[in-house]
Amino acid sequence: MTTFWFIVIAFLWTGYFVLEGFDFGVGALLPLLSRSEADRKQVLGTIGPVWDGNEVWLITAVGAMFAAFPAWYSGLLSGFYLPVFLVIAGLIVRGVGLEWRGKVHSRREVALCDAGIVTGSVLPAFLWGAIFGNLLFGTALATVLGGALSLSVAVLHGAVFVALKTTGGVRARARRAALLAAVGAVPVALATLPSVPGKGPGWTLGTALLAAAALAAGVTLVWGRREGWAFTATATAIAATTATVFGVLWTAPLPGLTLAEAASAPYTLTVLTWIGLLALPGVIAYQAWTYWVFRKRLTAHVS
Amino acid sequence: MDALDLARWQFGVTTVYHFLFVPLTIGLGVYVAGLQTAWHLTGKEHYLRLTKFFGKLFLINFAMGVVTGIVQEFQFGMNWSEYSTFVGDVFGAPLALEALLAFFLESTFLGLWIFGWDRLPKRIHLACLWAAVIGSNLSAYFILAANAWMKHPVGYEVVDGRARMTDLWAVLTNSTALAQVPHVVAASFVVAGGFVIAVAGYRILRERGLTVLPGRRNAPAAQDATVPVRRLPDMWRTSLRAALVMTAIAGAVVAGSGDLSGQLLREQQPMKLAAAEGLRHDTAGAPFSIAPGVEVPGLLSLLAAHDPRATVQGIDDIQARYEKTFGPADYTPNVPVVFWSFRVMIGFGMTTVGLSALGLWLTRRPRRQRGGTAKPVPGWFARLCVLALPLPAVAIISGWLLSEIGRQPWTVQGELMTAASVSPGVSLGEVAITLAVFTVLYGVLALAEGVLLVRHVKAGPELPPVENAPTGAVPARPDEARLTPTLMY
Repeated sequence: MTTFWFIVIAFLWTGYFVLEGFDFGVGALLPLLSRSEADRKQVLGTIGPVWDGNEVWLITAVGAMFAAFPAWYSGLLSGFYLPVFLVIAGLIVRGVGLEWRGKVHSRREVALCDAGIVTGSVLPAFLWGAIFGNLLFGTALATVLGGALSLSVAVLHGAVFVALKTTGGVRARARRAALLAAVGAVPVALATLPSVPGKGPGWTLGTALLAAAALAAGVTLVWGRREGWAFTATATAIAATTATVFGVLWTAPLPGLTLAEAASAPYTLTVLTWIGLLALPGVIAYQAWTYWVFRKRLTAHVS
Repeated sequence: MDALDLARWQFGVTTVYHFLFVPLTIGLGVYVAGLQTAWHLTGKEHYLRLTKFFGKLFLINFAMGVVTGIVQEFQFGMNWSEYSTFVGDVFGAPLALEALLAFFLESTFLGLWIFGWDRLPKRIHLACLWAAVIGSNLSAYFILAANAWMKHPVGYEVVDGRARMTDLWAVLTNSTALAQVPHVVAASFVVAGGFVIAVAGYRILRERGLTVLPGRRNAPAAQDATVPVRRLPDMWRTSLRAALVMTAIAGAVVAGSGDLSGQLLREQQPMKLAAAEGLRHDTAGAPFSIAPGVEVPGLLSLLAAHDPRATVQGIDDIQARYEKTFGPADYTPNVPVVFWSFRVMIGFGMTTVGLSALGLWLTRRPRRQRGGTAKPVPGWFARLCVLALPLPAVAIISGWLLSEIGRQPWTVQGELMTAASVSPGVSLGEVAITLAVFTVLYGVLALAEGVLLVRHVKAGPELPPVENAPTGAVPARPDEARLTPTLMY
């Protein structure tokens, strides 16, 4: 039961990083992909209907940690006090920036919202990688590398998403941005790869290699303008990286803490399992439906 | 001053802020969904315009509710790690369920509603709003069930220094929760009702060329973008009446469930009840002070036990009994705060509900005139509507202060004290930084929300599409209306 809930939580984090990964990337790239206000609306329109639902994956992941592994939840959040605080502050300014952007009047206010969106995308995208890098290795180098990895991959992922969801000048610029982001993401990924062997269970080496291969495939596919497949590849890379991280965390979710010590009692885990099994497929189904409703590419005229 | 004090301040500040926005989200969402349903059923243009107008106000406010809510989900672990480790097994479950069953529903379907105006069939689009609104209300249930467990822990046992859940159903049907959920949700409808009443009152004044404070008069400006609105039938009267009905009904539910909560307090949290009256000793036929020195004999006993002669426990006697049970400590909450928040909650809440009853009477349609035009809303009443805006918000915040400060010094009644709940590894400096940043950030954002809301209320609803507009009317913002239909919200 403990293992099962660990997998559920890893799954929720994976969903969060895959989905918010491109939200962060889109937010971070906003000024770089746009030449005009119409461009900016087109760029933000790609995540407009979905970013808030994507953010709930984080709330659910954290809520599930609280319920299933209280000591892990409290140890992680109080241990990474200031970084977690900065993540939250980032999510706050990004959220109001995205929601209020269409409701303010003057150019200055719109620019302020944009600043909130960019800051609130870059900051959490870097900090999540830094937090997990530090959690795994405890060194300053791992912290910086982890942050650089999550930020560069999020930017790549977001650029591919914009290229997939738009037309015209924005689409062309997004493709170039993706290739530029790859110049950052690939070396960082290669630098983190050697740290995996011997750290966690044997299969984490497999997921790490899968992540690296998917990243390489993503870059190649962007080059070849196969945006749909490129997005699948970057999503796979993020999912495989998250799986690797949680594979390593499995033995020690926090230094000096085992999963068994952190876990709630079997009764709680059992009832949560039943409710989760009933509800989660529904959630995935209606979120998937949202993406289906908004499947069309956005053109500058409509958005 | 230590980390504990600041952590408490942080919880208070962030939660009060959160609690300013969330009740409005809960109530206003249902109101907007009701308006859109009315449009769907009748096809009348003014319902659509009201839906869009209040929908925009709803969304400006919704953003703040969401972003301040993120803090809450993390704060337990950040500042209260000892509490989280102790209660997570029980308290974490409703929080996880809230995210899984309520937040996903709310966020996903609201996104569909905002961006789906011209992409979804009308009926599906309306259903999306209802799904989002149900999500908001469901989240209130789960978080209040978690909160109720802190005041009246049930369905658990303590093993190895940690609470272990033994019965989820008991946690979700806690008597405290069943009294508290209707109380807080209905109070949220009163807050939203008060908000709509004030907005509608303001629009009524503005379109008659009146100002909020009497004595000054503005002629209705010919260039005013809102002038053509007057040609639509009774738009603001309709929205005002709907809000008055909502507030009056919700007010009755608040009173009924409040009565239930009062009786549960006598059994479950006698100290809170005693502090709410400042009652020092166990008293048969305990009085209720309307203000200090103005006592109504037996009223507290009547409220708490439905019996004017019943005994209500007093602060000093409970303190002595708790010392015997739990060991020496101060078990008394901050009595003046609890005393006054109780009175402000009741007084301001009842005034709001009274206002709505008065408004319903003033705007009634006499039997004889049915089918004819109703009396216009009196100007003085419209002014009162605007001026009463802060009352329900202050009332609901006071209720929260009563409930949570009255719970002190416990985080979990009888099990865990606040002083033992705080994170041991978090320093004074760290809490001070986050407290300062949150306070400033929330202050700036609250101000910005206020400015945005006022601006949109002043601007009034969008005009009807050009082809339907009365001859000669010029759309206020044609560029925005035509070019950005999906991003307007």
